[in-house]
Amino acid sequence: MTASLALRTGAEALAAPLPALLAEAEHLAATVVVGDHGRRRAGLGDTFWQYRPAASHDETRSIDWRRSARSDGTYVQDKEWQIAQSVTLWVDRSAAMSFASKGLETKGHRAATLALAAAILLSRGGERVGLPGLPPRRGTARLAEMAERLSEDHDTDYGTPDATDLVPHSRAIFVSDFLGDIAPAEAALARAADRGIRGALVQVLDPTEESFPFDGRTIFESMTGALRHETLKAGDLRARYLARLAERKDRLTHLARMTGWQFTTHHTDGPASAALMWLYHAIARR
Amino acid sequence: MFTLGPLAFTAPWLLLGLIALPILWLILRAVPPAPIRRRFPGVALLLGLSDDEAQSDRTPWWLLLLRTLAVAAIVAAFAGPLLNPQEERSGDGPLLILVDGTWADARDWNERRDRIASLLSEAQRAGRPTALATLTDLPPEVEFQTADVTALALPGLEPAPWAPDAEAVAEWTKSLQDDFDTVWLSDGLAREGRGDLLDALETHGAVTVFQTPRPTTALRPATFADGEIALVATRTPTGGAREVQVAAIGLDPSGVERQLATVPVAFAAGEADATASLVLPPELRNRVTRFEIAGQGSAAAVTLTDDALRRREVALLAGGGEAEALELLSPTHYLSEALAPSADLIEGTLSDIVLANPDVIVLADVATLASGEAAALEEWVGEGGLLVRFAGPRLAASDAGRGTDDPLMPVRLRAGGRNVGGAMSWGEPKALAPFDEESPFFGLAVPDDVTVSAQVMAQPDPTLAERVIAQLTDGTPLVTRAPLGEGQVVLFHVTANAEWSSLALSGLFPQMLERLAVSVRPAMPTAGDLEGTTWIPEEVLDAYGTLTETDTLPGVEGAALADALAGVGPGPDMPPGLYAGEDRRIALNVIGAETVLSPAAWPARIPIEGMASTREVDLKGWLLALALGLLALDILASLMLAGKLRGARAVRAGIAVAGLVLAGLTMPQPLMAQEAETGAGAGAEETQTDDTFALAATGQVVLGHVLTGDPRVDEIAEAGLLGLSQTLFRRTSIEPSRPMGVDLETDELAFFPFLYWPVTAGQAIPSDAAYARLNRYLRSGGMILFDTRDADLGGFGSGTPEGRMLERLAEPLDVPPLAPMPEDHVLTRAFYLLQDFPGRYTSRDIWVEAAPPDAELAEGMPFRDLNDGVTPVVIGGNDWAAAWAADDLGNPLFPIGRGTAGERQREIALRFGVNLVMHVLTGNYKSDQVHVPALLERLGQ
Repeated sequence: MTASLALRTGAEALAAPLPALLAEAEHLAATVVVGDHGRRRAGLGDTFWQYRPAASHDETRSIDWRRSARSDGTYVQDKEWQIAQSVTLWVDRSAAMSFASKGLETKGHRAATLALAAAILLSRGGERVGLPGLPPRRGTARLAEMAERLSEDHDTDYGTPDATDLVPHSRAIFVSDFLGDIAPAEAALARAADRGIRGALVQVLDPTEESFPFDGRTIFESMTGALRHETLKAGDLRARYLARLAERKDRLTHLARMTGWQFTTHHTDGPASAALMWLYHAIARR
Repeated sequence: MFTLGPLAFTAPWLLLGLIALPILWLILRAVPPAPIRRRFPGVALLLGLSDDEAQSDRTPWWLLLLRTLAVAAIVAAFAGPLLNPQEERSGDGPLLILVDGTWADARDWNERRDRIASLLSEAQRAGRPTALATLTDLPPEVEFQTADVTALALPGLEPAPWAPDAEAVAEWTKSLQDDFDTVWLSDGLAREGRGDLLDALETHGAVTVFQTPRPTTALRPATFADGEIALVATRTPTGGAREVQVAAIGLDPSGVERQLATVPVAFAAGEADATASLVLPPELRNRVTRFEIAGQGSAAAVTLTDDALRRREVALLAGGGEAEALELLSPTHYLSEALAPSADLIEGTLSDIVLANPDVIVLADVATLASGEAAALEEWVGEGGLLVRFAGPRLAASDAGRGTDDPLMPVRLRAGGRNVGGAMSWGEPKALAPFDEESPFFGLAVPDDVTVSAQVMAQPDPTLAERVIAQLTDGTPLVTRAPLGEGQVVLFHVTANAEWSSLALSGLFPQMLERLAVSVRPAMPTAGDLEGTTWIPEEVLDAYGTLTETDTLPGVEGAALADALAGVGPGPDMPPGLYAGEDRRIALNVIGAETVLSPAAWPARIPIEGMASTREVDLKGWLLALALGLLALDILASLMLAGKLRGARAVRAGIAVAGLVLAGLTMPQPLMAQEAETGAGAGAEETQTDDTFALAATGQVVLGHVLTGDPRVDEIAEAGLLGLSQTLFRRTSIEPSRPMGVDLETDELAFFPFLYWPVTAGQAIPSDAAYARLNRYLRSGGMILFDTRDADLGGFGSGTPEGRMLERLAEPLDVPPLAPMPEDHVLTRAFYLLQDFPGRYTSRDIWVEAAPPDAELAEGMPFRDLNDGVTPVVIGGNDWAAAWAADDLGNPLFPIGRGTAGERQREIALRFGVNLVMHVLTGNYKSDQVHVPALLERLGQ
């Protein structure tokens, strides 16, 4: 409980400086559930927003006659736009995410913080947020549940995005290092895209994974020890490793472009707020 | 032992371990370095990648070489390597190591000790029992023990400052038993009984002699003749021409022992003796306690001076020196003739003479003394001086010692006993009676031709009898003596010339003076003189020539001391040193006036080895250190190869390894580094005085201000003192040059008669050294004007930040009790008549040194009689510098007060400054009552 509390606190702190996040809702009709948070703009809703001169595309029944009677023109009463979006976050909690080079936080912690911060922003904006297995819902209770869920670690080597119970036409955020087998991630992404879900991929990497500063005879092991690779001269592998990593990033970028998602790589030695800003823009993009 | 050139191994079989090295090479080569395990999530990307070179990570050859060398060093180290191993000595029986142990050994005693140590370690290896004997400190019985037991005595082995006693050595040789070989460490000097000892030793076994070819240099006792000190150095006449420095060492006036003079003494080639003479002023000569050949470190190179060198200072004063008279009639002529050979004469006025503090003051026919002079003289006698007075016409004519007890006269003199033909009359001149047993003159033969034709007469009284130390045949006192304090007063009832008596013409006269300790025997005491006396050693010399005070040694018989002085020399019962008897001190030196040093001669059959052998060096430690260093390098190299060494870690590891290697290398000889450090540090300590500062500060009178560190305050202080200096220049005879800022930490304060110290709240407290200088400055007559510049708002020393700062600043200062300036303080009239001391403010509270509590206002006098002391500090808060401040043209820099009243205030401030500087420079002379009438006149106007 304390771990989740700490995570929540960190995330709240990170989220505090940003304005409320407004989700774009393209497929309004299908998913919009009118909420009680105004959008500060004209749209569907119950609350009065403004009077405006009627235009030709306005239906006659929408003219506010009481207002129009006081002058020569005809006026339409706009209501404040009130919608809510569902955003599902998937955060990789596998063993690979628990890696950290000295002096830095683990990738897993950074990923969870980022995701929860985004969830808090979204929730503050009136959106419904959830995790795989926790249907999107609003409110601080859900955030607490999410924080608790994000504090759990899994013992698999690499995580796979879970796109099974995503609400169609909703939004999704996948946070992982994407270092494991890429095929399940591709499949999950394709499936989500099929259901009209759009979102963002955040690849969280440790700087060590980017630079590969090793030399000499080395046995590399995955975090659970299930995978191992022995080399006599680790330094010789550097160029080829970096090439493979670049290829992996290319592939993810390509995948994101194909599905209309956003993709970024975030390093744990960089500031988390930069990644959160990116997420804000990625989700707020219309 | 296995020898290989200069190298030998004590355990050569261990070297077989070197055969294993090639095997080690092969093994090390076959095994690659151990892999590192790393957790790395990116391993998924690595899967399937293969190494380009399959064989690249064998241990590289140089690392192998490093390790092999390290192992080789370890193997070689444990094989016991020795550099310059000592020759195997033949023989395996007991070994006697015989040391002369005299002062001649002291110079290279450490080498001798090393030599003995190496002999012992050699015997230890050979398993020979050993014994150690010193000829100057003979063991009662020679006991052969294992070498390591014998070596235990080695640290306590010290040379003695005397020569071995030939008889005792002969006795000792008789007690030797069995067969043994002997190694004799000779001091290189020929000595009686050496041949006998050698013969006796050779009956027991082979004898080897160690001896250094260095010449031994010694210093004979210094003698004094014709105003010069004659110094004779002697040596074994083997070397070429050589010059040694002889230093005269004694206490300086502050009681610190230092070199008073040095004189070079040059030996001609092949000559044994060299002479030098030294002329020293009497004051310096009397301070000399010993002469020493520099850099010898042996008791023979030190010769102690005793009273023989010391000459008493005798002051002669005759009454009525203006008289035009023949030299032979001069009252002091015979005195100076008698004393000049053995004493230093001082002449002058009585006050000068007392200041010179001579040993004896002779007043020849001086009747009356000024009261101040008499008091000074009495005080001088009371402190141990000897006052000798001679009668004469003036004394007879005066009232001195008449009626009352004059402390400077041993007896009361009878009135009327003036002259022959007066109240006294003799039929014929009287002769001297033989001296009593109590008399200091007892034993002196009385010549028949000494007659007295006139004298002054002592008033008979109960104490007269015990005060008479010489009398005439009819029982009238001729010489009387009385103690006064620690000193004494002696009166010769006759003149010091031949006017009244022929005493001054006789040989008895100098002898009597000598007995009175007016002059001191310069001659060496004879055995007869010393018979039956006891002499206490006060200071003794050790063999190294170090003089130490002692009070634990028993006294020695005078006869034995006489023998020692006559040539037997010092011995165990009588170490060389300074012996104190009843009234004089005698120095017993190692080298007498006739001692001859000659090199020891040995028969050709005796092998003689030099002392300067190459020392055996055990290389084990060095080799192990080398191995350690190599292994440390190996750690670095292995880490580097394994890729564990990068960035900060590499630096840390490098430092650690370097530290380890250094520690290993310095362990065998930790002293070397220390010596190097101290050597380097000594030279840098020399402080350089800044002559330009001193010149600028002393060329003229310069007012100083203490730099506070606040640039604005320092600027005002400088401008203020400049204004004051200009005023002084214009109005008084003080003509100061530009004022200077003084940094308390670095600058010499003594140049400044006056320091202005503006107190700021933020200034730094001076260091202890600065306070020491400040206190010295205050004690030696300097004055500091503390200015808190706060108008003294909070009262003295409190309230304001400056006041509190002043308290902290002044705490360590040696400041007398202070009081607010009294109205009659000399500062109020040192130049101007003042009652106010304003600066920029007009507070009246100025604090100066408190007047003595017993100063009272005399009737009719406006001032108290305060004649002593310039106040060392003046404390106030009127910001005088601002009132004084002027630019180069003399224009005031700061507004003071308002209008004309302000200008008046500035004027008074300047006058106060003038008074202050006047007070500093002229002291309290304005306080002198002499000026009172003039001042009263001025005050009245």
